Amino acid sequence: MSALLTTSPDQIGTALQARRMPRWATLAIAAGSVLLSYLVFFVAHLLGGGLVLTVVGAVVIFLIASTAAARAIEGGRSARNRLATSLIYSAFVLALLPLVSVVATLVGKGLTRLDGDFFNHSMRNITAFDANGGAYHAILGTLEQAGIATLITVPLGVLGAIYVVEYGRGRLALAIRFFVDVMTGIPSIVVGLFILAFWVLIVSPHLTSAHRPFYSGFAAALALFVLMLPTVTRSTEEMLRLVPPALREGAYALGIPKWKTVLRIVVPTALPGIVTGIMLAVARAAGETAPVLLVSGGNPAINANPFEGNQESLSLYIYEQAGLASKYGLPRAWTAALTLVALVLLLTIAAKLLSRRNKLKQG
Amino acid sequence: MAKRIEAVGVTAYYGSFKAIDNINMVIEPKSVTALIGPSGCGKSTFLRSINRMHEVLPGAYVEGSLTIDAQDIYARGVDVTAVRRMIGMVFQRPNPFPTMSIYENVVSGLRLNGVRRKSTLDDACEKALRAANLWNEVNTRLSRPGAGLSGGQQQRLCIARAIAVEPQVVLMDEPCSALDPISTLAIEDLIAELKNQYTIVIVTHNMQQASRVSDRTAFFSIDKTGDPGRLIEYAETAKIFTNPSVKRTEDYITGRFG
Repeated sequence: MSALLTTSPDQIGTALQARRMPRWATLAIAAGSVLLSYLVFFVAHLLGGGLVLTVVGAVVIFLIASTAAARAIEGGRSARNRLATSLIYSAFVLALLPLVSVVATLVGKGLTRLDGDFFNHSMRNITAFDANGGAYHAILGTLEQAGIATLITVPLGVLGAIYVVEYGRGRLALAIRFFVDVMTGIPSIVVGLFILAFWVLIVSPHLTSAHRPFYSGFAAALALFVLMLPTVTRSTEEMLRLVPPALREGAYALGIPKWKTVLRIVVPTALPGIVTGIMLAVARAAGETAPVLLVSGGNPAINANPFEGNQESLSLYIYEQAGLASKYGLPRAWTAALTLVALVLLLTIAAKLLSRRNKLKQG
Repeated sequence: MAKRIEAVGVTAYYGSFKAIDNINMVIEPKSVTALIGPSGCGKSTFLRSINRMHEVLPGAYVEGSLTIDAQDIYARGVDVTAVRRMIGMVFQRPNPFPTMSIYENVVSGLRLNGVRRKSTLDDACEKALRAANLWNEVNTRLSRPGAGLSGGQQQRLCIARAIAVEPQVVLMDEPCSALDPISTLAIEDLIAELKNQYTIVIVTHNMQQASRVSDRTAFFSIDKTGDPGRLIEYAETAKIFTNPSVKRTEDYITGRFG
């Protein structure tokens, strides 16, 4: 306090002013780093050279140079701040790279076979020497299998989460939470084997007059259901826990019964988050190959009935086409991969819009 | 319309912890009763036991008898939701339902209890908002979200929501503690109007507020942390604040304790 009093207003004013690097300095350092890295690694081939090393070198040189410049001009605290900022931006770009690369590769290679034939035809009577053929049957299978799985999963998963969060007390709720967590980690191939052993081999023979086990899209849907259930339950649980207890109390105080409070107040409040969780589960299920291969069998022809006979799915189609001994297989696989990603994206956008439809405009 | 509340030997627990011990008091109809006292003395617990909100927390329960016009609300076979419909509640922090518009918030108690007719809901909405002194501010934007209002407006919205179901008693748990002085004034004016129709019980930490709005005041206190809260003195507000008969009350309201 006394130190402040002895300082004149002028001195306080100058103490608040700090030397700043001009704004163009950062850009200049960046340009310089790129140039230096280009000369050292790309032109002079230091350490073997190459494009990747040049980029990494440019980033490292920029980090060192900008921090050193900031330390010299602005002081230590500012230099650390600049270093941290640069590191965070680098990490962001690094995280974005694989995503951009995947999308670019998918679009680049998937466009080759992105034609009418692909969406209108199956692989029936297509030999290794035929350039055409499509994935109509696979798209149909994926939509049916993922659709049935979602129809079973969503009510069970959401109601299960409601039980655990709103009603569950004591050991039962704890046990359910624990096993849901354990189920999240089950490998999909194990689920496929379970459905194969249980549904295809034990239950399905009783469903036909011939008493023979059979593959079906429904069996695949069951496997996907087992995979999706823990994801949906877990994410719904987290979202319901985020709803403030004050809202529940407010509803109880109005004489609203508990079940109505949950259905009309708590779930709508958590709905956007619940939908996101469901869409993550659907996306994961749509991309599963192993369980579909085990219990649905795959089918080059169109089978619109998920309850009888082999059925194809997009992920299974990709797996088959990628391994096909034909030069036409790989382009089909890429286009199918692009289709699968686009399908999941479309479903996610649709679900987001649907859950936002009831949301009120802020303002 | 308004009802008389009689508490006899009300004792409330959170699990094994006894929060209030043997509270006996009579709350008169069409009056404002203020509950004051230091933090943790059981004012809110007692308030919440009047509409059976205390037992919402796991392990919490109430002993003793609480009668509303000679009906024991803790008797066997009493429907909790019916009790809460008769005894409304306003909370410390405004808690409008975030997914609902202003209109839907006000009529939520009616709608979720099975009232479907639009004209009935419209009338109830206007009546409740007018009673809460909010109608003039929001009547042009009833379809906007309730959470978009200011804090004071949200609290009046919650009061409108509470009185839209036409309860007979309104309980208020520190309704102004999160509000600025102007919003507080609006709520206090509202309380003065509401007492013509309802029995009001208000918990407050603000002794000026208690002296301004209430007809009778109850002073709660605890001997030390961990002890249950007890009712120390209950009398006309004027008497409590000018001539309390218990030394501890005097110490508390003059600021020598707590």
